[in-house]
Order: sequence, then structure tokens, then C-alpha cells
Amino acid sequence: MSEMDPRLTTAQLYLNGVSVSFDGFKALNNLALTVEPGEMRAIIGPNGAGKTTMMDVITGKTRPDDGDVIFEGTRDLTTLDEATIANLGIGRKFQKPTVFEMHSVEDNLILALKADRRAFANLRWSETAPEMERIESILKTIRMTATRHRLAGSLSHGQKQWLEIGMLLAQEPKLLLVDEPVAGMTDAETHQTAELLKEINREKTVIVVEHDMTFVRALGVKVTCLHEGSVLAEGSIDQVSTDERVIEVYLGR
Amino acid sequence: MARRNAPIIRTLDKGAMAFLFLVAVAAIAIPAANLLLPPSSPFHVPTYLVALFGKYVCYALLALSIDLIWGYCGILSLGHGAFFALGGYAMGMYLMRQIGTRGVYADPILPDFMVFLNWKELPVFWYGFQHFPYAMLMVLLAPGALAFVFGWFAFRSRVTGVYLSIITQAMTFALMLGFFRNNFGFGGNNGLTDFKDILGFNVQAQSTRNALFIASCIALALCFIVCRALVTSKFGKVLVAIRDAESRTRFLGYRVESYKLFVWTLSACMAGIAGALYVPQVGIINPSEFAPGNSIEAVIWVAVGGRGTLTGAVLGAILVNYAKTTFTSGFLAEYWLFLLGGLFIAVTLFLPRGIVGTASHWWRERRDRDDAVAGDAAARPAE
Repeated sequence: MSEMDPRLTTAQLYLNGVSVSFDGFKALNNLALTVEPGEMRAIIGPNGAGKTTMMDVITGKTRPDDGDVIFEGTRDLTTLDEATIANLGIGRKFQKPTVFEMHSVEDNLILALKADRRAFANLRWSETAPEMERIESILKTIRMTATRHRLAGSLSHGQKQWLEIGMLLAQEPKLLLVDEPVAGMTDAETHQTAELLKEINREKTVIVVEHDMTFVRALGVKVTCLHEGSVLAEGSIDQVSTDERVIEVYLGR
Repeated sequence: MARRNAPIIRTLDKGAMAFLFLVAVAAIAIPAANLLLPPSSPFHVPTYLVALFGKYVCYALLALSIDLIWGYCGILSLGHGAFFALGGYAMGMYLMRQIGTRGVYADPILPDFMVFLNWKELPVFWYGFQHFPYAMLMVLLAPGALAFVFGWFAFRSRVTGVYLSIITQAMTFALMLGFFRNNFGFGGNNGLTDFKDILGFNVQAQSTRNALFIASCIALALCFIVCRALVTSKFGKVLVAIRDAESRTRFLGYRVESYKLFVWTLSACMAGIAGALYVPQVGIINPSEFAPGNSIEAVIWVAVGGRGTLTGAVLGAILVNYAKTTFTSGFLAEYWLFLLGGLFIAVTLFLPRGIVGTASHWWRERRDRDDAVAGDAAARPAE
């Protein structure tokens, strides 16, 4: 796959001055964040730091009270709805794995597969050979070829996480937002997930929210620490993890 | 190990073919038993039963339309009786205009109730109903247009769950109050009745009754095929995705409201067809068809048969209505509503998937268990 569209500015995603408040509580407070194309960024921070709210703002679930959220230098995401934003090429994996439980593994991927999303286009739809090949290759990547016909609801927690990552791949987004991908995974699975994300990052921009510091370290990318809705520190994992304030509010002494 | 079939085979799988076969058998056997066998034969079906079965088939079609939106898209409509009644009124208006000078007041244009109310002219919305094709178009358009407008506002505003159910109840209740009024122009609380003929044939005649029964079976079969085609397409997979995780579906880029609006409007049209076939068979349409209780009853049929199965909706409608006919004609008549309520509670508690749903779930579980044994060994990542 190649990204063909010319970028008008360098940043893949640009957030500036973003504020969101819920009943007076400032979930995001003048947040600024810039992610370059092809970058992988890890976001850390204590509970209530605004990590998930930031994801909600980027994907159109929450409208910010103030600020700019610009995708690829041209599209202002604050005016668009979830479906439009998803179709621009922003994929999201949720904290709690949300797959379609009553669909088979394969159908979950078919639904996620990049294709025409309009209602009428899907009435006369049947799988094309390239689409089935793509499904095969994703099943292989997430190691679920043998479980393809199982209902997603009957999968283990770790398998659901992987299926959701597979759905993200099928969507072929330009930017992936991944919320706590290794929650509830074993050490071996955590390691594999880190490898998989690095693999994905070769072609796509990735933002990962994660609490597991071992995992963040394994990714070896630039880290942003959020606190009370704004950026507390940014830099390499070594810089951030030795920052006095980060230790104070998040890592603990 | 691809287990993929052509769309036509997916649409008409074994279960669907078996269902269509049964509908075909009923459509042939019941009229044959009525028309060909002498009344002395033990297999003779009297004409009143043909009309009764025809009524059941119309209810089955209404249940099918509810299952399409509730079972597959999670939209619980407690007002589908409104679309059924609107289709029925469109047919009733056609039948009224066929009466012509045979009415009590023998007015060539105005139906009796209008003469009685001292109206001088036919209201504009009654124009054209003397033509059968126009009336049939209205059978689809009247419920379809109401559903489209209602759905457009409700789904765009993301009204879901119990809130949506409540406003559908309000919709049918409001329509009932409207149709009860004489000046609304649909015959007030008497509704439309005393029909004479349909397409030139006497509605009371034995042959017409059989023809209407067969037409109802054909309508049920065709709508069933449409529903099957829909739910086995990718569109259908999206519907189930919306039912189970609506916001997740949005984040995949699907515009949920367009999917809902399409299936909701289609469902309303099907309910309208059911109502249109119902009216000539029962011989009357009046505002009580809009009663909220009717819509709730239809939902119970679907719950009993099993939502999200299509065939279950049909089975449930026929079983519950057969029970209703049996009970309300005996000494238990006054307890019927208690029985119906009890049935709904029992199904919700002990058989949440309904009859067909429980059977097919059991079947699927068994197959999955076999698959899982074979699959898990291979699926375990190398560690």
C-alpha cells in the first residue's frame, strides 16, 4: 500500500488549544499535540488525565468547547461526525474490546474492511476475490485463521483485543488511535502486540494510550504525558520517566 | 476452508427453503380443501376458516416486518400497528369507492358516511382511490412516507431504545384519536365497512376468499425473500452490528441513521401490505386498529417465535393468534389478556430467544463446540 495523497502541511494530526468541560470539570484544558506522519506516539498519564476524552474529540464523539483539531492539515475534525471522520482514515480501538459479539470473526473483519459504507452500496454486495484475500492475510496476521467462524462473543479477552486490532488493519486507516491495547494480556501477548504495532507503524501513524510502562518502553517511541487535561511532559521514555513532575503525578516515587 | 456461498444460496438456505415450501403447501392445500372437497369430507376446510387463516397470514406478515427492525436492527417499535392500519385504510378507501350506488344512500361518488355527515363533495385525499393501482401505491406510500418522516427525525436525533419505543406508541395513539374524529374524513369510529367487491369480484364470495388467502401467502413469501436477501447481505451484517454496538459501527464509518431509516421505512411498507390484505378478509377497518395494545400484541408474537429469525416471527404470530381464537371463543375469553401477559413474561424469563431462536441457538452452539475443539489447538499463538 502506498499513501498517494499530497499532504498540505507536515502534521498528520494537529491539536491546539483544545478544551472540553463536563459540568464544569475540565477534561481537556488547552491541550496541544502534534503528531507527524508515520510517527508512533505513546500517551501516558494518570486516570482522569483526559486521554480517552482526547480520543473522543479526535473521532468526533465529543465536540470540544474550544480549539482546533486538524487532520492532514486540511480537515477540521471538530465540525464532522463519527462516520465522516472514520471515512477520512482515522481508526479507533477502544479500551474495552468492542467487537460485534453476534458476528463471526470473519464477519467482524468484513464489516471493518475498507469499502463503500453507504447503505445502498451494501444491498447488492458480495465478497470480491481481493477482499477475501485481504481477509485471509489479516486473519493470518492476527493468528485467527482457525477461529474465523467462531462468534466473536465466544472469544477470550486477548483474542478480542487482537480481533479489534485486525479490524483496525482492515479499515486501512491513515491514523490509528489505540486505547490500552494490552490491558488484560499475558506478558507474551503484550510482547507480540508491541511487535505488531511496530509492524503497523511502518505504514501508518499510530497513537497509543497505555498504562503499562514496560509496554511503552518496548515500543521505544516519543512519549507524551497528560495531566489534568494538558501536556505535562513530552520526549523519549527516558526523559519523560525521569521528569520530576511526571514522577510526582503519575509514576510515583 | 472458505465457507462462502453465492448470495442466492445464502439468501435461500435450507431453513428458508423449508419455510417457503410450507407457505406454498398452505397456499395450495387450504384453498384446495375448501373448493375441491365436499363439505362431508373430514378434510374439508369451511370458508370461514379460509378467511381466518388469511387473517393469520396477514398478522404473520406484520410480525415479519417487526422482526426485520427489532430482531436485526434493535429498533423496538410499539407502533407498527399504525402502518398496518394505514395500509388497511388505503385498501378500505378503494373498497368504499367500489360500492358506488349500491350504498344505503346510493350516491355514485360519496361513501355513505359522507352523505350521512351532509358532505357535498369528496375530500381531495379520496381522489383516485377508485383506481386499484393508485390505491395499491397508497398502500405502500402512506405508511412508507409516515415512517420516512418519523424515522428521519428520530434517527437523526439519535433517539434510541425505550425513548424511541415510547414515541412510536405516541404516534399510533395520536393517529387513533385522529381517525376517531368524523371530520378527519375516514368514517370516524365506524371506520370503513360494508364492502361489496374487489377488482369486480364479490369480497364475500368463496372464490374471492380463497384468492385473498393465496394472495396473502404470496405476499408473505415475497416479503420473506426480501427480508432474507437483506439480512444475508452485507447490509444485514451492518444492521446486526448496529443492534449490538451502535457507536462502534459509527466509528467504523457507517452512517447508522441511513441504515435505520431504510430498513424502518421498508418495514413500514411491509406492514402496510399486511394491513391492505387484512381489510378485505375481515371486511372492516376502523380506528381501533391503531390501538397501542395491537402493536404491543404484535411485538409479543415476535418475542414468542424468536426475534432475529424471521421464520420465528411468522410462527409466533400464527401460534399466538390461534391460541387467541381458541381462548376467546370459550369460557376462558375474559382471561385472554392475562394469559397473553403471562405468556410474554414467561417467554422473557424462560425462553428469551423465542421458539425458533432457542432451537437455532442450540444448533449453533453444538457446531461451535465442534469447531472450537478443532480450532483452539491451531489458534494458540506459539509462545
